Amino acid sequence: MRIALFLTCLVDAVVPAAGKATVELLERLGHEVVFPPGQTCCGQMHVNTGYPGEALPLIRRYVETFEPYEAVVAPSGSCVGSVRHQHAAVASGDPALAARAAAVAARTYELSEFLVDVLGVTDVGASYPHRVTYHPTCHSLRLLRVGDKPLRLLREVRGLDLVELPGAEECCGFGGTFAVKNADTSTAMLADKMRAVLDTRAEVCAASDSSCLLHIGGGLSRLRTGVRTVHLAEILASREGS
Amino acid sequence: MTVFLGLPRADPESHLHGAPFPQAARAAIADTQLRRNLGNATATIRAKRARVVGEVPDWAALRAAGAAIKDDTLARLPELLVQLEEAVTARGGTVHWARDATEANRIVTALVQATGADEVVKVKSMATQEIGLNEALEAAGIAAWETDLAELIVQLGHDTPSHILVPAIHRNRAEIREIFLREMGRVGLPAPADLTDSPPALADAARRHLRQKFLDARVAISGANFAVASTGTLSVVESEGNGRMCITLPRTLITVMGIEKLVPTWQDLEVFLQLLPRSSTGERMNPYTSMWSGAVEGQEFHLVLLDNGRTAVLSDPEGRAALRCIRCSACLNVCPVYERTGGHAYGSIYPGPIGAVLSPQMTGPSQNSTLPYASSLCGACYDACPVAIDIPSMLVHLRSQVPHPAAERAVMRSVAYAMGSPRRWAVALAVSKAGRLLGRRRGRLSTLPPPLSGWTSSRDLPLPPAESFRDWWTRTHGDGS
Ligand code: SF4
Repeated sequence: MRIALFLTCLVDAVVPAAGKATVELLERLGHEVVFPPGQTCCGQMHVNTGYPGEALPLIRRYVETFEPYEAVVAPSGSCVGSVRHQHAAVASGDPALAARAAAVAARTYELSEFLVDVLGVTDVGASYPHRVTYHPTCHSLRLLRVGDKPLRLLREVRGLDLVELPGAEECCGFGGTFAVKNADTSTAMLADKMRAVLDTRAEVCAASDSSCLLHIGGGLSRLRTGVRTVHLAEILASREGS
Repeated sequence: MTVFLGLPRADPESHLHGAPFPQAARAAIADTQLRRNLGNATATIRAKRARVVGEVPDWAALRAAGAAIKDDTLARLPELLVQLEEAVTARGGTVHWARDATEANRIVTALVQATGADEVVKVKSMATQEIGLNEALEAAGIAAWETDLAELIVQLGHDTPSHILVPAIHRNRAEIREIFLREMGRVGLPAPADLTDSPPALADAARRHLRQKFLDARVAISGANFAVASTGTLSVVESEGNGRMCITLPRTLITVMGIEKLVPTWQDLEVFLQLLPRSSTGERMNPYTSMWSGAVEGQEFHLVLLDNGRTAVLSDPEGRAALRCIRCSACLNVCPVYERTGGHAYGSIYPGPIGAVLSPQMTGPSQNSTLPYASSLCGACYDACPVAIDIPSMLVHLRSQVPHPAAERAVMRSVAYAMGSPRRWAVALAVSKAGRLLGRRRGRLSTLPPPLSGWTSSRDLPLPPAESFRDWWTRTHGDGS
């Protein structure tokens, strides 16, 4: 299958490893990955902060860039959530654009959804001999309803010791600009999430949203806990020790 | 002559705004006792609610029915309110219409004064808190006694409620004991000197104190959970029975009700009497459901229908579903922001996720511009809401209506501009690499300049990558794609 990668602005700017891993994984599974160079951002930050007018050109760009492809995959639950739940609504003033946005949104997938629902695989042939706990992230859980798909993928990874995260479904406190506008509340939520991660004694906290990982990882790093945050794609792409 | 074309917003006397949320939240978060009280209480009630909701096989259908009934009601609100007025009047009650808090307070005060009473007993009511009725009565020399246990604790503690359903959620038993000992004697029957902080002892002290109030009272003031338009029936749903004492004992009953509390028919109540107790207290059924239609013999009944910004909410197609709210407080109990900050941080008597929506809607968004941001948009509130109010989407909608700080607007615009073309975006990414030189520690960034300094107050940021994804892609896959 020919798959278009939507990298997302955050992965592009800060954590390209998640993007590279997504490419390597999909290619290893025998698919052709393309990177449409016209892409920039889904516009979620602007919509969610109250700037739908500024987001509109970004949404148009997203639609025009990805319209030609039969499937679009992004290593981010929240960006896919925005594409599916916000694009058509924000573009409602331009019904033609809104209809096109809805059509592209229906072909845009978060990585774990794409692997399990579209490609029908749970064993991606990965090997990752570490103790890992998984944070499901709010937008993957409640906007996309990915359910246990990420866990089903992780359970098939050789050598991986998956430990349950207490209070997994609780928000980590990132919330986009929430982390900056309400820094104290965000930090209080983060503190509880970090405590839960540390309680698992995992070496790695994984998720499929780079933004949440950046937040949790940033806190864990500040406290010098030694626990790493890793994107789901990086684990699934890994052949470590095999 | 001036022609008034807009809809009235909640007037300034309303208890719907306070300090900006981030500042108020900071103070609450620093209070570790408060955080512990809140964390324990919300965790307990969350678990109870999940259990009893889980045992209803058709919960999803009930929830959809609740939403549909309320939407139908809102679509026909003017006609249904007139129907309610006719039915209440036909049964010997008197209906009053109040545009805002000032008008409602004036009506209620005059009604109490007409009876000659200088004391009233109150059933727990959000509507009367919203309009600041107790304060208005006090200014007129009338003492209003709260009879709900938690409200009593709040009132005696000279405090304000911090939760819709459990107003004293922020207090623990030891604090309550102290309040009872200190305050009860000043306003009525004192607490026993040997009062302990065991729940039965505290409840018993409250019971004795309140009994005297019930027996003395000639006027009662209540809110209403529901009103049935076709029969003019008002309903109060509660756990302690104190509301029923207020509704039945005094000679005059005054009910203040937001105009959205309506349901069309008696049959529609069935849905809500299942949704409400399970969502709010985590009980299968609440212990006391009182219903009355108009006045009973020997009693005078007045119904005050309150707008106070509600028709303004109704006029917004993207926001009106907030009026479906049945004040169950399920959204508060699952909200991670509420759990850390408590209700006072919201500055409004409507705290938590629904308060963050409803308060700015009722006052006008510019009066409450920080509340729509008092959420991480995690969506837990939407999942918990028994009438399926999509609170996160409404918050986002409100965020587009509040006035934005100039500096933020400039940043948002320039980021959008940079993202407007891949060429400009590539330049921005190249510039961000300069960030590799900023306050580094162990290969990570630990100091960002304002307005991003909020991030680095508690978190590091990885250094921008030495090789961007695009460069990696070109190196490994070539240019064409
Ligand atoms: S918004 Fe929904 S969950 Fe929250 S109080 Fe209202 S009815 Fe209950």
